[in-house]
Amino acid sequence: MGNPRITVATAWLDGCSGCHMSFLDMDERLIELASHIDIVHGPLVDTKELPAQVDLGILEGSVSNDHDLATAKAFRKHCKQLISLGDCAVNGNVPAMRNAFKLDAVIERAYRENVDLNPQIPVDGVPRLREVVLPLHGVVEVDLFVPGCPPPADAIYYVLSELIAGRTPDPNQLTRFGA
Amino acid sequence: MPLPTPQSSVRVVTMKVNGLDLSAREDETIIEVCRENQIPIPSLCYLDGLSILGGCRLCLVELEGQNRLFAACSTRVAEGMRVVTNSERLRHYRRTIVELLFAERNHVCSVCVSNGHCELQNLAQGCGVNHVRMPYRYPHYEVDSSHEMFRVDHNRCVLCTRCVRVCDEIEGAHTWDVMGRGSDCQVITDLARPWGDSNTCTSCGKCVQVCPTGALVKQGTSAGEMVKDQSFLPILARRRHLR
Ligand code: SF4
Ligand code: SF4
Ligand code: SF4
Repeated sequence: MGNPRITVATAWLDGCSGCHMSFLDMDERLIELASHIDIVHGPLVDTKELPAQVDLGILEGSVSNDHDLATAKAFRKHCKQLISLGDCAVNGNVPAMRNAFKLDAVIERAYRENVDLNPQIPVDGVPRLREVVLPLHGVVEVDLFVPGCPPPADAIYYVLSELIAGRTPDPNQLTRFGA
Repeated sequence: MPLPTPQSSVRVVTMKVNGLDLSAREDETIIEVCRENQIPIPSLCYLDGLSILGGCRLCLVELEGQNRLFAACSTRVAEGMRVVTNSERLRHYRRTIVELLFAERNHVCSVCVSNGHCELQNLAQGCGVNHVRMPYRYPHYEVDSSHEMFRVDHNRCVLCTRCVRVCDEIEGAHTWDVMGRGSDCQVITDLARPWGDSNTCTSCGKCVQVCPTGALVKQGTSAGEMVKDQSFLPILARRRHLR
């Protein structure tokens, strides 16, 4: 294998960032990966803009508000391949547990019923919550699914190294829903 | 003095499963023969020791010379039968059935007491289900924790009716039943009263152990802690049968 480099963009939608933590859990393998990938966007770098052309997009978290939706669409538009990473992105997971209730009831519960001091519903500078939380593939087309809460570092490493080598990974043996 | 064993009139048939020559008793079903011979066939509603429902359709197999598919749990073997258990067509249907089960209720494996010990979750991994292609329904279901030892979470129920059958056929209490139609079906205790108010339940826990998912669990278990043990079932079933 030569030394092909790919550009990678990541982002964190409605989730807990655990999938990014699992990414860091690759430990010293990160150094090896660093000679093959350039991270051009994500919580680990300082850029705010998504470059026009990215080889690989990785999204963690479900689509819960308007900002999540815009990010998902931007990633789909600018990334050649899009990975749905972790159960929130793949199946909605914990964020989607609110879907069994009406959005108004959820907001009421979170911002008024359970608050003693100055209860108010935030509207300034925060994106609007969407009525239904959806998995990533509920709003854009996804090329590869890596379930798990979070997916183990081994699964993420396997997926990235296979993609770098130009193969199509099947992470099913290394992870599952809830893993 | 032991009674003389009656002369068995059951004959032996020969058949092929996935090209492998096998012999079986003619009163056996395809799933029994396959499991005896370590040929994997998935199932949710079928459980050795309980009556046969044929409801989940995960054990579908192909029979050579027949166009439609057959449920291996409810199809008897026959002389010369040729069975295929793992074709592309079968894999496609199994994957779809598992996805539909996830879409139908609210399964959140990461926070489920059965995480890591769940038959549905294992099936999903085994069938290559890494996402669900159809839209989720997100129905609203209650959790009934009124029983002092057990809990039922309808969000995780796959309507296999193992609980209904084990309580009726093995324990003899018949606390469980099914109410409603189609996707609104729900298992109920007594006449849809809270489980804790049931005056038929003996608190034996058999239903909890046979439930393939995190729908029936022990109180006090947290995520991933609910491990089930079904080894009692064939033994009790045989004893019931012999009486
Ligand atoms: S019952 Fe099984 S499939 Fe459903 S949430 Fe629990 S672990 Fe997942
Ligand atoms: S605990 Fe025993 S008696 Fe009670 S519902 Fe379950 S199987 Fe029936
Ligand atoms: S509660 Fe469990 S055993 Fe009973 S029907 Fe539902 S999944 Fe099956």
